[in-house]
Amino acid sequence: MKSSIIVFPGSNCDRDIAVALEKFKIKNQMVWHNDANLPKSDLVVLPGGFSYGDYLRTGCIASKSRIIDEIINHTKKGGLLLGICNGFQILTETGLLPGILLRNKELKFISKNVFLKVTNLDNNFCHNYKKKNIIKLHIAHNEGNYFANNDLLKKLEDQNLIAFKYSDRNGNINDNTNPNGSSNNIAGILNSEKNILGMMPHPERMIEPLLSGEDGSLMFESLFNKK
Amino acid sequence: MKISAIVTLKKEVLDPQGKVVNQTLKNMGYKNISDVRQGKYFEIELDEKDPIKCKEIAEQICKKLLSNTVIENYKINIG
Repeated sequence: MKSSIIVFPGSNCDRDIAVALEKFKIKNQMVWHNDANLPKSDLVVLPGGFSYGDYLRTGCIASKSRIIDEIINHTKKGGLLLGICNGFQILTETGLLPGILLRNKELKFISKNVFLKVTNLDNNFCHNYKKKNIIKLHIAHNEGNYFANNDLLKKLEDQNLIAFKYSDRNGNINDNTNPNGSSNNIAGILNSEKNILGMMPHPERMIEPLLSGEDGSLMFESLFNKK
Repeated sequence: MKISAIVTLKKEVLDPQGKVVNQTLKNMGYKNISDVRQGKYFEIELDEKDPIKCKEIAEQICKKLLSNTVIENYKINIG
């Protein structure tokens, strides 16, 4: 399995993801946003951070990068694409995933561990969560408030395209377990073909039991053991 | 030619910054303010004299970059 991590000016989780991918035997390359060609990859990752200082709208300037057309082609051929945090914001700005991420409801930057319920287990990113579908990951964002209108929310729910929802440790999902005001407690969504995943929590921060936890490991194991 | 564009959040989208500004104005004593919505303003210099072409270009850049039409509306002024 080969992966490419796209590095934008202002990305700051790119090397963390590289460490995670390499730990799970995925052969990774770093790719600069202004490169014209994407190396042969099974998986492309858009990392977290603050690309272009969040100017205009988060992820907006990065979504106009030269490499983006190549990434769109990659996904059209069925290639996997994972956007974490700022990467998720870039995915919505490119239109590869629907909806948008607004400022957190309470207007505060949130950095904490949260519980999530994995609500779609039938995709290449999450199938290993069958072992454990209530997990703990870290969030760190100012614009994580996922917004979708009612029609889109209905489509996401009906077609089961929501991958993660903010919950409590028992998997209860309600306003009290919603850290940022996201519609329907959404923390991550898939496209209809389920080869693109955008998520606000950081799985790459939970791969070492000694440091944090291991709930992110299951995602990288899922990717390595593609269905 | 000079063009300007105002980008605002759509009505149904929550604007927490506008809400805070509204509340602050009330706290300052302006009791008769009922609502505040915050937006963005752009001034753009275009090397183009034909106002119809200017409008066309302005429409394009508003759609493609300056606004995200999922949540925002834009208004263009020419000249």
